[in-house]
Amino acid sequence: MDYQTGFFYLFAAVLLYAGYRVITARNPVHAVLHLMLAFSQAAALWLLLRAEFLGITLVLVYLGAVMVLFLFVVMMLDINLDTVRQGFWKHFPVAALLGAFVAAELIAVLWAGFPTVTGNPGAVAADPGYSNTRELGVLLYTEYLYPIEVAAVILLVAMIAAIALTLRQRKDSKAINPNLQVHVRASDRLVVLPMNATQKAAPAAEAAAAQEGQKP
Amino acid sequence: MTVSLGHFLAVGAILFAISVVGIFLNRKNLIVLLMAIELMLLAVNMNFVAFSHFLGDMHGQVFVFFILTVAAAESAIGLAILVLLFRNKSSISVEELNTLKG
Repeated sequence: MDYQTGFFYLFAAVLLYAGYRVITARNPVHAVLHLMLAFSQAAALWLLLRAEFLGITLVLVYLGAVMVLFLFVVMMLDINLDTVRQGFWKHFPVAALLGAFVAAELIAVLWAGFPTVTGNPGAVAADPGYSNTRELGVLLYTEYLYPIEVAAVILLVAMIAAIALTLRQRKDSKAINPNLQVHVRASDRLVVLPMNATQKAAPAAEAAAAQEGQKP
Repeated sequence: MTVSLGHFLAVGAILFAISVVGIFLNRKNLIVLLMAIELMLLAVNMNFVAFSHFLGDMHGQVFVFFILTVAAAESAIGLAILVLLFRNKSSISVEELNTLKG
């Protein structure tokens, strides 16, 4: 039993424990934190499988971005635990039985299908110039060029959709619309009236004279 | 005794079963449902990476890369819908999602 086997069992045990706690934790924040633990253990298992790029990506993208997003959402929502946890432990034995059945079936099929495949991990490790990231990058940017562009579009669509869904106009705010603000012209705001610099005094004097003439 | 492909596939299978149980048990809690789906995708990815390593084929890892992309997009939109749902109904119970029932 070499050190790789020991690490495999360690990571697998922690991964499965964390997965179990994700679905049974009473507090959703604890569930998210256990999910983070599960992802980190999975990344470690992928490192054992010499998939370094994907392991680091899992840590960066999932632990760094997606799980923090989950944590934000969970902390923002005020969840009533009593209603969402209703009937949890009542259904637990049936669900555990079902899960054990599914797991046993899957393992039986997979173990029987691939019994002795151990590969030759030593061959890859012997080459010091081998880079998993380089291999993956060469494949991604040659053979999978169009799929990676589609993936980029999917991410863009997801970003726009998430923003569009959660953006809301506040009714009680008196903010000005910037679109109207930049499209305003000088003539909308300022009216220049034609006005002489000096006024003729003559009509006023005539009027005064006329009034004086009428008075007596 | 060295670790074989079957060991990794077994871990993936157990993880998948755990998330199935999670979906079965937490039918009312939308946020745990999303987390269980993430766990399911992780189990599938584990199988892909294990096969890729033991069969010496890099294409499996490329597929895992795309699954990660789609899963990130899915969780972002799912959480946006969740926030919107909570804003409108003040609850994340799946049982209250019956407006479209007709």
